[in-house]
Amino acid sequence: MAAIEILGLEKTYMVGFWRKRPKRALQPLHLAVEDGEIFGFLGPNGAGKTTTLKMLMGLVFPTAGTARILGKEWTDPEVKAQIGFLPEQPYFYDYLTAHELLDYYGQLSGVPGKDRRVRVEEVLERVALTDIKGVQLRKFSKGMLQRVGIAQAILHKPKLVFFDEPMSGLDPLGRREVRDLMLQLQQEGTTVFFSTHILSDAETLCDRVAIIHQGELRGVGAVEELTGSVEGKIEVVWQGTQVPPSIKALGAECHVTGETVRGVISANQQDAAIDALRRERLRLIAITPLRTSLESYFVEKLQHSQTTAGTTA
Amino acid sequence: MNTRIYSIASNTFREAVRDRVLYNLIAFAGLLSGAAILVGQISIDIEKLVVINLGLTAVSLFGVVIAIFIGIGLVSKEIEKRTLYTVLSRPVRRWEFIVGKFFGLAGTLAVNTFCMAIGVFGALLYVAHRFAGADSLIFVALYFIVLQFLIICSLALLFSSFSSPLLSAVFAFSLYVIGSFADDLRGFATLAQGVTRWIATGTAYLVPNFSALNVISSVAHQQPISGQLILHNTLYALFYTAMALSGAVLIFDRRNLK
Repeated sequence: MAAIEILGLEKTYMVGFWRKRPKRALQPLHLAVEDGEIFGFLGPNGAGKTTTLKMLMGLVFPTAGTARILGKEWTDPEVKAQIGFLPEQPYFYDYLTAHELLDYYGQLSGVPGKDRRVRVEEVLERVALTDIKGVQLRKFSKGMLQRVGIAQAILHKPKLVFFDEPMSGLDPLGRREVRDLMLQLQQEGTTVFFSTHILSDAETLCDRVAIIHQGELRGVGAVEELTGSVEGKIEVVWQGTQVPPSIKALGAECHVTGETVRGVISANQQDAAIDALRRERLRLIAITPLRTSLESYFVEKLQHSQTTAGTTA
Repeated sequence: MNTRIYSIASNTFREAVRDRVLYNLIAFAGLLSGAAILVGQISIDIEKLVVINLGLTAVSLFGVVIAIFIGIGLVSKEIEKRTLYTVLSRPVRRWEFIVGKFFGLAGTLAVNTFCMAIGVFGALLYVAHRFAGADSLIFVALYFIVLQFLIICSLALLFSSFSSPLLSAVFAFSLYVIGSFADDLRGFATLAQGVTRWIATGTAYLVPNFSALNVISSVAHQQPISGQLILHNTLYALFYTAMALSGAVLIFDRRNLK
């Protein structure tokens, strides 16, 4: 079953002093996210990621289109009891302590009193805020607020969570913890839909990604598919500080990093490369099919759209 | 009241308390104590009248200022700070949010009024040394003041649902001033002619009639207040509040939270 089915959601804002000039924030979007997957929604700033998330949360009304979440109409209040949402750069009631805030959100999500107390303690521990649960949020750093944001999103054990730029404002350690948490959530059967423009996070975490740019979906697919092997190319890695002439003669594009050399050559030159390294008495470390990175795919999609726009103009 | 409305109302009340809104009570207590001592020394035979007038007017003004200045930010501040996102992404309907906020603010004002009422009775006891039967009329005046607060809270919420805090404050305060002269406006309407009459009559009935809810002077002069007036004022205030809240819900229900 698809956890999320977006069926032609689109958004046009009327801008200008008289609100008569239309500005399209999101072109009709069709997208399905399968149950239990980690789905990355990628795009540069202003691409339409947050608008899409806000529409799914009922914060912004679409101009047209509809969506189904967990098999029900996305406007159904029952749906909201089963989803969690972390907004971008979250801000909370700063006069409350972390414990009070989570208790309040638990009440709003309909978590019964006894369960709520247990759940609040559990999630505080999970995001490592137990020690400062009694401190008012106005004294929290940006990273700590992000943790509170994650805690409130998973407090009521939702089946589906939406994270808008969850790594924003976090240090490397914090980012790693969030990544681990997202993987844990997936293992627990929760579907994770998150928007980001940090491609390495998406590449590490996601089963599938969608790329959006200027309000239009540019591509969607499994990370392995999008970062598939480049036909006929392999990457040879060996220990050394120089590129032997016999390897250069094979037409290899080489990069020396410290004591390691990486060379990209045609797949049909593989045996010749191995022989050359053997003759030079260099230690072979790895031979792998060359893959495009998600970043290359992303940049290609964005450049393609800009070229198309330029041609049209 | 459903659980979500109760939770939102409690949180609104807690916000007011933690933001030290009720600290105004200290200023009120100081003002009233000073006035009671001063009046006791300079007035002859009218100490009670002055204390009741001054005390109830202060209760009303302090409450109106609090109602407007908290009320105008109740929705717009939540949108601006984006605290609303994590509330409305839960099974909370938009009307529940508005109604919860209203009850939270109304509760804050009720507690505020209760504390100030104790101050008024304290000052009265200081100048008169004992309570008289007619002093019970003060409760009616306080009840009407609370009714005024309900109307102002709902109007502040209505304006807050579509405009900035500054504009909301201007609108709400203007309506309070105009509404305080609603009886005069109605009098003017009967004297006016043509289009002016239509406009004056329309305005007089559209703005909240705060002059009917102001019985401070009558109470200070120990004039009785009819049960019919209490009933009319109650129904009027509840109807006006319900209308303003409905307007706030209708507007907020259609609002995109960018």
